[in-house]
Amino acid sequence: MNNLQQKAQQLLESGNYGLIVGYEKGTSGKARPVFIRKAEHASKLIFDESCDQNIAVYLYRQEIKHDKKKVIVANHHTLKSIVELAAENQVFDGDFMVLAFAGNGDIIELNTFEEIEKHVATLYHGLTEAEAAMMKKIEDMSLEDRWAFWENEFSKCIKCYACRASCPMCYCPTCTVEINQPQWISVPSHTLGNLEWHVMRAMHLAGRCVTCGQCGKACPLELPIQLLTYKVALDSKQFFDSVAGTSICADNALAIFKPEDHENFIR
Amino acid sequence: MERKLLTKDSYRSLITKLIGQNYQVVAPVKKDTMIDFLKISSFDEITEDYIVTVSSAKTVAFPRNEKLFDYEKQNKKLTQQDYDFDSIPQSVLIGVRPCDAFGFHSLSSIFCWDSIDKIYTTRLERTTIIGLSCNKSDDYCFCTSTKGSPGSTAGSDILLTKMTDGNYIVEIVTEKGAKLVADFSDLFTADGGVDKESLLAKVAANFNVDDVLAKINSKFEDEAFWTEQAMRCIGCGACAYVCPTCACFDIQDESHGGKGHRVRCWESCGLSLFTLHTSGHNPRENQGQRWRQRLMHKFSYMPDRLNTIGCVGCGRCSRACPVDMNIAEHCMSIIEN
Ligand code: SF4
Ligand code: SF4
Ligand code: SF4
Ligand code: SF4
Repeated sequence: MNNLQQKAQQLLESGNYGLIVGYEKGTSGKARPVFIRKAEHASKLIFDESCDQNIAVYLYRQEIKHDKKKVIVANHHTLKSIVELAAENQVFDGDFMVLAFAGNGDIIELNTFEEIEKHVATLYHGLTEAEAAMMKKIEDMSLEDRWAFWENEFSKCIKCYACRASCPMCYCPTCTVEINQPQWISVPSHTLGNLEWHVMRAMHLAGRCVTCGQCGKACPLELPIQLLTYKVALDSKQFFDSVAGTSICADNALAIFKPEDHENFIR
Repeated sequence: MERKLLTKDSYRSLITKLIGQNYQVVAPVKKDTMIDFLKISSFDEITEDYIVTVSSAKTVAFPRNEKLFDYEKQNKKLTQQDYDFDSIPQSVLIGVRPCDAFGFHSLSSIFCWDSIDKIYTTRLERTTIIGLSCNKSDDYCFCTSTKGSPGSTAGSDILLTKMTDGNYIVEIVTEKGAKLVADFSDLFTADGGVDKESLLAKVAANFNVDDVLAKINSKFEDEAFWTEQAMRCIGCGACAYVCPTCACFDIQDESHGGKGHRVRCWESCGLSLFTLHTSGHNPRENQGQRWRQRLMHKFSYMPDRLNTIGCVGCGRCSRACPVDMNIAEHCMSIIEN
């Protein structure tokens, strides 16, 4: 048994905790989320490079939301989402314990939002090299080429909403695309309806996207859909100095007004 | 079953001629990072480097959006333009895996259940399915657990099996298939008698679907079981939309001013709005109940009422699932619990 499995076993045996949300080995060696309730199942837990999925969505899942004896094994994406969800009052201090990892692999127990916020401050918040290169490639395109790029991508989207379902920040009980009185956005998955929805979604995530890339990883058609919300995240940083997932009393760009905001983009 | 041989050069000629004769030819194509069924305009667009495509072949008969009719309101007068059946092209579907081909059988059983869905049936009638046996498989494939096999001819009009020399064994399965072969008879030659079985992927049967069918109804009321089974599921449409046998749809109107049209588009039992009543009540209000619906539909309701299994074991849903809900494992859990 490794450290994590031992820790999980102890926590469950102590009776102070009844559920551990973490990762296990799934099909073809892929990591997937797992829910451990019994100490004898703790050996299923894994934590390695394959565990890059953001699993913060489960914290507010109806079935376990009010279970205060839960623990979540968190990678840096999940940690940042927890901070942002805390700022937006979607999760509550003391409702769960976080098991995070130090650079040397040691397990760190984080019990309060303050501790989580402090730990998150030690993490890297930018895009990966590959992600930054993709962003640059698109930004360097001419307007026509960029339009053609996204038109091609949106033509593939089947509106399965896997991106939305796996994004921890997409917690609205009814999404704008599902409001039909009046109908704001086309439901059928044609290029235009897809564009409308994805642009709306990106704007709704302005200053809230923690750049975890989970939406893109979830897409069965492999649309690099995370690049849209990344763009808005980078703009939020540049224009409003707002970085999602860094502060538990966040003031995300689209939700607040500051007298010193220079709104020279509104003309 | 009648067998013939199609050389790789003749295969190219066949596809090129079909395109030349204005057939809509739909084949697995590498598009950006993934492989999917798309309309092709040249043989070279086809790829054979896939286990299964991301989306299923059902899109040819049950596209993700189907415009049902147009309407226009002018000076209080409403005019309606009905579905144009002439717009449905004669199609040839290439490279369809045996699981996918058999999927049309399950799909048809739903679309022809009590009333016949004329759009679906016309699309399918005008489609000739050229299947392609599987020479490789992956951890998601489980056709042999659901009464299929990597070389099954059921559902295809013609089934091709690639030989080691790159040429194909041709099995002529239906009259439609025979007609296509007759139309291009100069391209098909006498069968060389190569053993087909040895060319096929080996897919181990990890369970027997009959055991799932026998057990699943007794699990219906076990809420705790379904809740736990569905804990990982985050409720999206990926599994249903890529599935060759999922037939649920939604009806949407799109209008602009006095003009508009009505569209049939895919719907999924994974989504929280599925079966939500106008009153606000939803008989399937949590993910456990929705996941139960998915499995009951495939392994109880369809076998009981339509005499067909609602799953062909292609594994697409599991590959597409963002959280790796592997349906074969869930079938085994039903048997074991
Ligand atoms: S996951 Fe992909 S296909 Fe599904 S709605 Fe999102 S972008 Fe579209
Ligand atoms: S929008 Fe995408 S990248 Fe941003 S937080 Fe949501 S899942 Fe992560
Ligand atoms: S349920 Fe999954 S494995 Fe079965 S036919 Fe549908 S996509 Fe394939
Ligand atoms: S099983 Fe997977 S693909 Fe299907 S609804 Fe659940 S999360 Fe989405």
